[in-house]
Amino acid sequence: MKPGLNLIIAWGLLRARVKQSVVAGVGVTFGIAMFITLTGFMTGLNDLLDGLIINRTAHVRLYNEVKPAIKQPIEYVQKYDHPKHFISSIKPKEHGKEIYDAPRIMESISKDPRVSGVAPKVVTQVFFNAGEIEIAGVVNGIDVLEEDRLFAFSDNVLEGQAIDLDHVSNSIFLGKGLADKMLVKKGDVIQVSTPRGDFVLLKIVGLFQVGLADFDNTQSYTSMETIQKLLGKPASYITDIQVKLNNIEDAPDMAKEFANIYHTDAVDIQTANAQFETGTDVRNIISFAVSIVLLIVAGFGIYNILNMMIYEKMDSIAIMKATGFSGSDVKQVFLFLSMIIGVSGGIAGLLLGFTLSSIVDNIPFVTAALPKINTFPVNFNPVYYGIGIVFALVTTYIAGLFPARKASHIDPVIIIRGK
Amino acid sequence: MTNKNTVLQAIDICKDFYDPVKIRVLNHVSFNILKGEFISIIGKSGCGKSTLLYILSTMDTVYDGDILLNGNSLKNRSNADLAKVRNESIGFVFQFHYLLAEFNVLHNIMLPALKLNKFSRQEIEHRAMERLRQLGVEDQALKMPGQLSGGQKQRIAIARALINDPAIIMGDEPTGNLDKYNSDLVFDLLSKLTHEFGQTMLIVTHDNDFARRTDRIIEMQDGKIISENQVV
Ligand SMILES: Nc1ncnc2c1ncn2[C@@H]1O[C@H](COP(=O)(O)OP(=O)(O)OP(=O)(O)O)[C@@H](O)[C@H]1O
Ligand SMILES: [Mg+2]
Repeated sequence: MKPGLNLIIAWGLLRARVKQSVVAGVGVTFGIAMFITLTGFMTGLNDLLDGLIINRTAHVRLYNEVKPAIKQPIEYVQKYDHPKHFISSIKPKEHGKEIYDAPRIMESISKDPRVSGVAPKVVTQVFFNAGEIEIAGVVNGIDVLEEDRLFAFSDNVLEGQAIDLDHVSNSIFLGKGLADKMLVKKGDVIQVSTPRGDFVLLKIVGLFQVGLADFDNTQSYTSMETIQKLLGKPASYITDIQVKLNNIEDAPDMAKEFANIYHTDAVDIQTANAQFETGTDVRNIISFAVSIVLLIVAGFGIYNILNMMIYEKMDSIAIMKATGFSGSDVKQVFLFLSMIIGVSGGIAGLLLGFTLSSIVDNIPFVTAALPKINTFPVNFNPVYYGIGIVFALVTTYIAGLFPARKASHIDPVIIIRGK
Repeated sequence: MTNKNTVLQAIDICKDFYDPVKIRVLNHVSFNILKGEFISIIGKSGCGKSTLLYILSTMDTVYDGDILLNGNSLKNRSNADLAKVRNESIGFVFQFHYLLAEFNVLHNIMLPALKLNKFSRQEIEHRAMERLRQLGVEDQALKMPGQLSGGQKQRIAIARALINDPAIIMGDEPTGNLDKYNSDLVFDLLSKLTHEFGQTMLIVTHDNDFARRTDRIIEMQDGKIISENQVV
């Protein structure tokens, strides 16, 4: 067996049929190019949307839900152990939202090797007073530096500097939608009424926008000190502990673990954002399905040209066999033919796909929802280029296999007798 | 009957076609070919000459009887094995030239030798040029087959059959497509190959003049050998 010789013969046959070979190769090129472009675009979009969630929200969040005691006080009384209780009206206490002993919990969690960072948060409902009306909203008290380090707070800032929350006392960052509703801008002072009924004046030092309307229309940020003052609470008052992990896959297990250890509620990012996972999967399936269809079409193109070539080259196959080439040599020749078309079509497809991706990457994509994005997001991950070329090779191999097997079974006697 | 100079031995070969009823095309055919012999096979159209040649050349494996090539049986061998035998030991010239249109003359001749892979590429090229010179067509080496005349093509086909120094060359009406001039030319070349270089040759022909100039004439009729005459 001498594959080099069979390759030379395949190459010779191909050169005599340049036009059809190119047409067949172009089919593969388009299939691969579409695959690269589509997956690059789709996964780019996925990464962008995932990034909105994964990089900017806590992977595990510890909090205390306001809820009635699971075991009502009456159940602790031995005397009434068995009868049916119908007194169940002991309401939750007001300080139910506070995480008890939060600073110690944070210290303990931050020592966990699976954890990349911990940030505290105080969340409270407020009313923003704008002229006659009151707008319900939420103030998040954050540790500005940690929030920025772990959750890229600055990425969402439209106007102002995040750090001003620390530098300017009684300052606040408003969501873009919220500021628009109240017709206020950076530098203005707004009045906020707290759940306890106090009125506080806060200076707007900046605006932010995360791209989710619900969020931008209701949320605002301030420093831990300001919010604790606002609520009349001590410096240890914390309602949420946000944990960022090294490996996001650990989140569900760790949420359960933390909930057990620290007797709080804990939610993981996967549970909190289940719909995003689904969207990602659907987009991936679509791009793979479209590309596979294109490649199957390309495969039929190759199958066709090889079949045609075999009919044209019956004589050549017959004489090759008569002069000592075996069936498997003939098969190899036609497989090489197919693979040459597949490899060159596939490589051209990668280049074309890269070019198209680059073009898409430069198309302006301006949307109010995503302030930091100016062009379409495209993923240039080499893995997809690898998958693309493997796809091309597998398709052309299969498309070539059947004609090649047919060629290898041609009986030279029948051909020669037919002359 | 056998002797150590026997190149090819056909032993009691029978061949039937089912089309759809059974037709016996070769009926107990036996004969020997000695080294350096120039043998012709003649007979009426349809008497089984081509069929016999396809069997002797190992391309057709469905038959009864046996064939010994240099004393080795060709029965019950794998297809890959038989391909190797053809490559190494049998040169074939058909009525049609069967040159590969995609390759030039020199390359066409070299292909079986490249397949055999016994000599280096330069050596093969040198040997191919030598064959072309023997057949008087060395100036055509770099042309494509489509650019040659019928007689030239047939001479290239003979050169290709010779390239691996086969034990035997078989021809099925190699001059059948040629005019008188070219046909004489090809015949002269073939007889020169036997007489000067000791090349063993088995040629099917319709041309009685051609046959009369060979060493031995095997005449067939209805799938049988009816006479084997040493030409004197
Ligand atoms: N595939 C086949 N199926 C059925 N019958 C066949 C087949 N091939 C050949 N035959 C028959 O076998 C007989 C011998 O054919 P063959 O080609 O060997 O004759 P030939 O002596 O070479 O004739 P010619 O001189 O015309 O070339 C013919 O009668 C032919 O019809
Ligand atoms: Mg015949």
